[in-house]
Amino acid sequence: MTYKIVSKKELAPTIKMFEMGAPVVARKAKAGQFVILRIKERGERIPLTIADANPERGAITLVVEEIGKTTKELGRLNEGDSVLDLVGPLGNPMDIRKYGRVVCIGGGSGVAPVYPLTKALKKAGNKVTSIIGAKTRELLILEGEMQETSDEFYITTDDGSKGHRGFVTDILRKLLDEGKQIDLVVAVGPVPMMKAVADTTKPNKIRTLVSLNPIMVDGMGMCGACRVTVGEKTKFTCVDGPLFDGHLVDFDELAARRQLYEPEEKRALKAYEEKIGGADDS
Amino acid sequence: MIARQPMLEHDPRERIRNFDEVALGYDAERAVLEAERCLQCENPTCMKGCPVNIDIPGFIAHIKEGNFDLAIRKIKEKNHLPAICGRVCPVKDQCEKFCVLAKKGEPVAIGNLERFASDYEWKKGVEIPRKAEASGKRVAIAGSGPAGLTAAADLVKLGHEVTIFEALHVPGGVLTYGIPEFRLPKKVVEREVEYIKRLGVDIRTDMVIGRTITADELLRQGFDAIFVGTGAGPPQFLGVPGENLGLVYSANEFLTRVNLMQAYEFPEYDTPIKVGKKVAVIGAGNVAFDAARTALRLGARDVSIVYRRSEEEIPARIEEVHHAEEEGVKLRLLTLPTRMLGEGGLVRRMECIKMSLGKPDESGRRRPIPVKGSEFYIDTDTVIVAIGRKPNPLIQQTTEGLKTTSWGTIVADDFGQTSRSGIFAGGDVVTGEATVIEAMGAGKRAAEAIDRFIKQRKKH
Repeated sequence: MTYKIVSKKELAPTIKMFEMGAPVVARKAKAGQFVILRIKERGERIPLTIADANPERGAITLVVEEIGKTTKELGRLNEGDSVLDLVGPLGNPMDIRKYGRVVCIGGGSGVAPVYPLTKALKKAGNKVTSIIGAKTRELLILEGEMQETSDEFYITTDDGSKGHRGFVTDILRKLLDEGKQIDLVVAVGPVPMMKAVADTTKPNKIRTLVSLNPIMVDGMGMCGACRVTVGEKTKFTCVDGPLFDGHLVDFDELAARRQLYEPEEKRALKAYEEKIGGADDS
Repeated sequence: MIARQPMLEHDPRERIRNFDEVALGYDAERAVLEAERCLQCENPTCMKGCPVNIDIPGFIAHIKEGNFDLAIRKIKEKNHLPAICGRVCPVKDQCEKFCVLAKKGEPVAIGNLERFASDYEWKKGVEIPRKAEASGKRVAIAGSGPAGLTAAADLVKLGHEVTIFEALHVPGGVLTYGIPEFRLPKKVVEREVEYIKRLGVDIRTDMVIGRTITADELLRQGFDAIFVGTGAGPPQFLGVPGENLGLVYSANEFLTRVNLMQAYEFPEYDTPIKVGKKVAVIGAGNVAFDAARTALRLGARDVSIVYRRSEEEIPARIEEVHHAEEEGVKLRLLTLPTRMLGEGGLVRRMECIKMSLGKPDESGRRRPIPVKGSEFYIDTDTVIVAIGRKPNPLIQQTTEGLKTTSWGTIVADDFGQTSRSGIFAGGDVVTGEATVIEAMGAGKRAAEAIDRFIKQRKKH
């Protein structure tokens, strides 16, 4: 069995959105869960968050940021192409209920995994404030979708090309300083961003959930490649998470473990780019 | 009297540079010679050591006569995966242990002969046995490891429609992701899985029962029974400080990267793997030795097994311990790691403590006791933790009314019947980590019970 790309959209120059035909996964998927995907016979298994699920169409939506060989290879696939394996939904769904005022924060391609959570929280009757951030305006994704599901909406860019110039935590701090009642913060993005968000809310003891993104292999709890330290206990992100209490996560350890294969990843990417170098990208 | 025929093996100095199978098997001449050693006992004791009850003297007699076709047919009456069992069964603790010749000398090499018969058949072309008439009943099997494959083959031969659901992208379970190529070539596993498919079993990969679909949903969709053979799951760690440093692997991750993902062929294959020069493997079961020998083949210079008990208690297959020692794997016995120390996020040293052995514990093995003040350090740049695994928890967590033990294994009787009618279980998910052949035995007994269960059920 293979899994067909039903549609493809470019969200940013290096971020692509795919709708994949996967009826059994679509039927089961809940906000916060992910899939493991393998493109081809010699491919690796990579985790991708389910950004949306449409059981009627038998499809799920995945957002892919091209950062290495596999994601680049995936980014070059088009509507009608297929991938070899797609398994899921994996991980625990988020406990969606009425919390009150929720702040949803997405950084870079992390907006994609925060989007289904935002949508579900809004639907459950929460007041939602969203903050999305990127390095520059070209890298902002799902802006319309996020705005639509939020009562309050902020954009930040590192270079100030759109919205507030600075970081997502600047806005979060401002909201806290204004004395706004916040019942829950959900943050997904690069490790330093999630760490900064957790550090910002910790003094106020505002419950803060982060969706962790360690290296994974099987994604079903069989190997522990994705283990993280949460509240001094070892947890497997794929089965105990991916959402954890941000105030308890050892982010430095997570960052170190994520870099483990950096030289190999660079080598694989370089070899791939040389191989496709002559190929026409259009 | 003829001496037990040794198998030809690759030279240790050569073989640690590749993943080729170490043991080369018998040729026909050697097989016949070895078969002649069998005394053809009237009350064969060897059979009671075989969890799937193969007619051992029966198939050996056929080999002795040079009738290899009849030999493999005899084996396959009971065992669908002889190429695998002939390679990985701990025969010294099973059939060969009960061989009468073992009392005075070397037992008949039953495992080697089984392997010979199956490899012979493969070269010649595999025969597909006739199936019973279609029963119109459907059985779902969760997991395509040894237990699931065996149950599936037995059930499909009885005329039932069988679908295996496998979570990974390749079937075989531990045979595929766990046992390395040099001990069990993947093409051997593939050919046995191919045989099961040709019997008529449908195998669906990328399906996680408990996540993608639950056991109850399968029952509602019209499956008459389910067999749970999901095996062992999450690896255990020591729980010592520093265990999450870089290049501290679970054996499962290490072996999955190498065996399932073929990381040893990176970058032709996309999954990377990394080993340093000095590798410490914690534990001394088969998995530990597999990991140690794999590390050597990935280029490690110095590989040691770190075990808290003594050589006598090593649970791994003796043959593999010998192979490992021949290849240069060192044993550091009576040693327990207490802390891992790193540099730049990577493991660099292990603090260990010496152990002494006390009185036997519940497992019957002498209990290791730390020797006060004996702390010392081992320099290492890669650690592989192979101290066992917990049972796979997914189906237990998502199936109402399925009884489990405090350890997380599914409660089932000898025939795999669980606390839920229509749900059967067997293999490591019931017993905890055990052997391939024990899982196959459990699959076989469950298949019998499932057959009885679905035939008794009223037609709906």
